[in-house]
Amino acid sequence: MTGAKTAEVREPKTFDLFDYLARFAPTIFLIALMAIFAAAEPRFLSSINLFNVMRQVSITGLLALSMTFVILTAGIDLSVGSLLAFAGLVAAAVAKGGLANRFTVGEGGVGYGWGLAALSAIVVGLLCGYLQGLAVTRLKVPPFVVTLGGMSAFRGAALVFSGGGPISGFEPSFTWWGQGKIGPVPVPVIIFLAFAVVAHITLRYTRYGRQVYAVGGNPEAARLSGLNVNRILASVYAISGFFCGLASFVLAARLNSAEAVAGTGYELTVIASVVIGGTSLFGGAGTILGTVVGTILIGVLLNGLILMDVSSYIQQIIIGIIIVLAVAFDTFAKSRRRKV
Amino acid sequence: MLDTAPDGVRPILRMTGVSKRFPGVKALEDVHFEVGPAEIHALLGENGAGKSTLLKVLSGAYSADAGSIELFGQPVVFPTPHDAQRAGVVTIYQEFTLAPDLTIAENVFIGREPGSRLFVSWRRLADETRAIAQRIGLKRDPMTPVRDLSVAEQQLVEIARALSMRSRVIVMDEPTSALSEAEVANLAQIIRTLKAEGLSIIFVTHRLEEVFRLCDRYTVLRDGHYVGSGRVADTNVDAIIRMMVGRDVGALYGARPIPEHGAVALEVEGLTRRRTARDPHAIELIDVSLRAHKGEILGLAGLVGAGRTETARAIFGADAFDEGVIRVDGESVSFESPRDAMAHGIGLVPEDRKKQALFLGLAVRTNITIAGQDRISRGWFIDERREEALVDEFRQQLSIRMVSPDQPAGLLSGGNQQKVVLARWLALRPKILIVDEPTRGIDVSSKVEVHNLLIDMAKSGMAVIVISSELPEILSISDRIVTMREGRVTGEIARIDATQEILMAMMTAQEGAAPTRAAI
Repeated sequence: MTGAKTAEVREPKTFDLFDYLARFAPTIFLIALMAIFAAAEPRFLSSINLFNVMRQVSITGLLALSMTFVILTAGIDLSVGSLLAFAGLVAAAVAKGGLANRFTVGEGGVGYGWGLAALSAIVVGLLCGYLQGLAVTRLKVPPFVVTLGGMSAFRGAALVFSGGGPISGFEPSFTWWGQGKIGPVPVPVIIFLAFAVVAHITLRYTRYGRQVYAVGGNPEAARLSGLNVNRILASVYAISGFFCGLASFVLAARLNSAEAVAGTGYELTVIASVVIGGTSLFGGAGTILGTVVGTILIGVLLNGLILMDVSSYIQQIIIGIIIVLAVAFDTFAKSRRRKV
Repeated sequence: MLDTAPDGVRPILRMTGVSKRFPGVKALEDVHFEVGPAEIHALLGENGAGKSTLLKVLSGAYSADAGSIELFGQPVVFPTPHDAQRAGVVTIYQEFTLAPDLTIAENVFIGREPGSRLFVSWRRLADETRAIAQRIGLKRDPMTPVRDLSVAEQQLVEIARALSMRSRVIVMDEPTSALSEAEVANLAQIIRTLKAEGLSIIFVTHRLEEVFRLCDRYTVLRDGHYVGSGRVADTNVDAIIRMMVGRDVGALYGARPIPEHGAVALEVEGLTRRRTARDPHAIELIDVSLRAHKGEILGLAGLVGAGRTETARAIFGADAFDEGVIRVDGESVSFESPRDAMAHGIGLVPEDRKKQALFLGLAVRTNITIAGQDRISRGWFIDERREEALVDEFRQQLSIRMVSPDQPAGLLSGGNQQKVVLARWLALRPKILIVDEPTRGIDVSSKVEVHNLLIDMAKSGMAVIVISSELPEILSISDRIVTMREGRVTGEIARIDATQEILMAMMTAQEGAAPTRAAI
């Protein structure tokens, strides 16, 4: 009916230099940052240091993977640091064979082994996360408020559970998950990258992944397209809980200790990693690849600052500024796209 | 090429040689535009023709790459919308810019409240608002929160705001697209009053009959270029459509034989939904009953607020209702959610494409396949090859124009966006498809394509229910028409017996007073 000729003129072209640069901005920034640190401090590029960076980011990296799911639905999970502490204590208690044994230094024999410890941490995380998901979908409380409540409640639960003290001293088979290496690669790094691949495949290639984007992009349209919006929303908080449990186990293994103050302030680092990686806080846009880059970027930044003897107080200021700039960039890129 | 001031009157607004480019697109190229004093000027063109861009240049929202603007013979530059407003050019956009929780008066004078530097004089605010409201027939207390107003009333508030700025040129971007016929008539009256007061109005619309009813002159744009302008009295619909699309479209609303009707696919009986304390402004449904047959298009006509959309949403399981029975193929069903309704073969293309149907930031392919993932999946995974085949099939069948299926849906034109939504539902092969405002805000040629598509769907045996506020649309594609008013069904009529006048009477009549109540 309509000639294709006029239509072609009307459709905007896809190539846009700014758009192109915006998409790779985190990667470009990461490479630039590494170049700067390498120039300023030769130790930075040593393989020991680079693996060190990767190991350091693997815990927050795991949390950032699940945070990507949450933020894709235009939600937020502020409780990750607290839940990490709580689940970690549960794992530690199981590994020690009960709270009564918490002061014995781990010679083994009495505990339930790393497998059951990891499983219990994951189950606790999953349940707590799902509970928050239900509060979001059934009670219609905004995610920010629900997880702010969770942030306080799980920290409290961790303190009550542990009585305030650490639980430490595990069997080598437990600590291997945090301190071991396969070849030159630290085990936490392998766990992080393996789950990154799983998360990437889930978001990119599964029906569920598409639904997460759809619910985040337009919840009303998703409902009218027959998606079970509440179930998808609740599920991302359960996933977040699952990763809190997993990360708590790895963290306890790495530190050979679990304590109620573990993970304090992690939510900020995690959210920063996701947002810097290009995931939009408004939902519906973002990738796991971006999150991995964002995670490494923050790790490199902190590591480089430490190597350059910048005080940890100033590091906090820098992270805060970077979050705001990353979101400002996202908003700017979006408004520019809309104008075209 | 420009028929400058054919009536020998100096234009009060003249835009010359305006060009505007965005990365990758030329939105305007050497466009001329003139508006005379006390004139209602229709700015016409298909979606993407450059109307909005031109108006944004005029209102100071965009700065042009080239070209000049003259107001009352003086060259002007509008770096910001504020400058344009101060010079007397006020634009009322399709999406209102009102603050819903502020009062009418506050919205009218927002940022310019009368009073001293620190304090607002509430009495003067109310008095001045009342004076302006009177001029345009807005009969509401100035202290009413805007949230409590109807869409038409909110539009009057926008107009009141424009008048309060002592504007000389009011630009209205598709002011009628969300209004009912009665409200359009009212708005037309107000626009004529403003014209009589000496104001010029630039009027953008997709409803050509409004141009001939209301406007003095017109300018047509196509693909960012100026095509022509002239007096409305000297032209006709076909000529304008030809200018807009650049070729003959053929009869816009041709006759169509009434098809043989199949069995009843959908039966609604006694559908009732009451207001609740939580939602006191909700539109009520009272004892709504209707039937849709296989292979027919049932038109659902009514003024805005008549309960057509609410009926559709209740049938589709999107909103709960209090009483009533819904039968699909004679079997009584009850839906908790749209998901349930879809499982019974019902689909709904909602009223507001951007807010309720599309995922603007997601790829076209996702937009087409999101509701029917079963067809493109293996287990938990999406089979991208099957998805591509499906998307390709509909891209061709509906001639959806896009650069690639990975393009975000938000970048498509309105007509193509609507086709994407229709493709989503076609892919599900529903038995019953409800289409709410199928062509709102889309250009003429896409409109014809969408109409033909709906007719083809009915031909294939689907029961299609079309809700539309445009009577010509209802009259051209429906086989049978049910009218509603204030939540009740007021009548039913076969298309061959219906005219705009009869439908108007049925839509505004009380129940039982309908002139025809044919039983099928």
